Amino acid sequence: MTNTAQVVEDERIKSESFFSKLMKRPELGAIAGAILVFIFFSITADASMFTLSGVINFMTPASQLGILAIGAAMLMIGGEFDLSIGSMVAFSGLFFGVCVVTWGLPLIVAIPLTFVFSAFVGAINGTIVIRSGLPSFIVTLAFLFVLRGLSLVGLKAATGGSTQLRGVREAVEGDGLASFFSGDAFPGLFEWLASKGLIETFKSGAPKVTGIPVEIIWFFIITGAATYVLLRLPVGNWIFATGGDNTAASNSGVPVNKVKISLFMLTACCAALVAIITVMDAGSTDARRGFQKEFEAIIAAVIGGCLLTGGYGSAIGAFFGSIIFGMVVIGLTYTDFDQDWFQVFLGGMLLIAVLFNNAIRKRVTGER
Amino acid sequence: MTVDTTFHHGDAGSSEPIVQMKDIEKHFGNIIALAGVSFDVRPGECHCLLGDNGAGKSTFIKTMSGVHKPTKGQILFHGKPMNFSTPRDAMEAGIATVFQDLAMIPLMSVTRNFFMGREPTIGRGPLKRFDVKTANEITVSSMRDMGINLRGPDQAVGTLSGGERQTVAIARAVHFGAKVLILDEPTSALGVRQTSNVLATIDRVRKQGVGVVFISHNVRHALAVGDRFTVLNRGKTLGTASRGEISPEELQELMAGGQEMAELEGSLGGTI
Repeated sequence: MTNTAQVVEDERIKSESFFSKLMKRPELGAIAGAILVFIFFSITADASMFTLSGVINFMTPASQLGILAIGAAMLMIGGEFDLSIGSMVAFSGLFFGVCVVTWGLPLIVAIPLTFVFSAFVGAINGTIVIRSGLPSFIVTLAFLFVLRGLSLVGLKAATGGSTQLRGVREAVEGDGLASFFSGDAFPGLFEWLASKGLIETFKSGAPKVTGIPVEIIWFFIITGAATYVLLRLPVGNWIFATGGDNTAASNSGVPVNKVKISLFMLTACCAALVAIITVMDAGSTDARRGFQKEFEAIIAAVIGGCLLTGGYGSAIGAFFGSIIFGMVVIGLTYTDFDQDWFQVFLGGMLLIAVLFNNAIRKRVTGER
Repeated sequence: MTVDTTFHHGDAGSSEPIVQMKDIEKHFGNIIALAGVSFDVRPGECHCLLGDNGAGKSTFIKTMSGVHKPTKGQILFHGKPMNFSTPRDAMEAGIATVFQDLAMIPLMSVTRNFFMGREPTIGRGPLKRFDVKTANEITVSSMRDMGINLRGPDQAVGTLSGGERQTVAIARAVHFGAKVLILDEPTSALGVRQTSNVLATIDRVRKQGVGVVFISHNVRHALAVGDRFTVLNRGKTLGTASRGEISPEELQELMAGGQEMAELEGSLGGTI
């Protein structure tokens, strides 16, 4: 009886088609959604939306959101939320502004310092969540207000009463590191492409698009890195395990608390990166920077296939979720629709995504 | 085929115990959960720990697996006194526990569950990464050794049956070098067919020289694979019996503390 169990194939399991395997990928919904949105705009929008300059136009806000969304997605896979990302953008923007303008630090010091500072705030967030055992929803909701308030108070203290800190551009001018965090990358390449007539140019011969905005490059790099970490590193397995079942992961020797605190630090650092890029681009920082970005980031992550309960999701999904977001926000200006339809669309997308994700999860786990 | 011919039983008493627990007491405040429990397990045997609800089984396993520290008493590991301060210590020494919740994550693949927290890596320095290929191969072959053919190593654990999940948990413990495998009520939530699969798995593990501690409150399951039987009642051991020395009725009576059971059994007509 014991040795007869060597059946080579289980006749009760149907063989899977490539399509049904594809159906089980968490990012499928987001990719399908991106294609649908693309089709929608290629019918309704002005043709210039999908030219090079149009694509850059919607990829820029998509990337700024996307960097946050990747962090939010990883944290969500790890089973926690961070509602303070948006306020964190303002807060680390303030810190960065003060470093550069008030203290006059060079970027090579100011940027690492901003990351360390933000990671520290993230660690406080995470430590409170873990030590108190409270839902991260509540703890980070508190931080949403605390950090927003501190940004206002801090800005007023730093500027003597104003809620905007100016002079960042002048302070970083000529700094070699600035080109990594602001402006366009590969300007030479685009000039060369223009001279060959491969891309659109102005009458003077200068290219219409002078380069790829750095945030887009950062967005691609972070998506790649996050995907590598999640799928190919032991830490990735720990993140899935921690979000899937905290106790089970802990019993199996996964350092769940370290994983969670690191993820909170990571999302804070993503917020800091967005802060640095946008503050340098704008040349100033203000207290409303990153307003409501936490919700948009979570929506992008959920559209990208992250489950609200944790343990499932992907960075590539969040990548496409953010692109959907960018296409909708910017795309509506290329159409005849009222721009305010954007919010309706976003809410609808979120609802559809959650329903879709639930169906997918049932397929994955074989629930009936 | 009777139960007795189904499994080859190990020879209890033929070798030195791996783990010996001597007069273990565990108090929680003013509650005495364990009041002098002695227990040992030898390589290649299946030692059943039987007891009714509240007898102290869970507390005892947690003491053995390093979750709790005993208030009094001694734990000898290969004859040397041991002090486990965390479950990780016990795990590293070779005492693996498969708890009732199995420490499995339904949304994750079998491979990812199998190596959760102990991922094999390939490459060096910044290129050090999770060796997915090796992990998949090990998982499939370990599961095949336990008599289960996976559809694929990337199959989510949620799609497995209860018995199969139990087997994944056991295979995982054995792969990571368990010398003693503690199974906390592995059959309690399973159907007949799945129960016999798990019992067959226990038998395979035992043949590899692993000492199995099988906790149950089901006498029939215990008798199907057990070599020795220890009954726990109200925090105390009521003695250990070898296979053949004790009848199911006697075991049942010891578990229930002797009283009323006799009357109840009369009205129910047979062993429960």
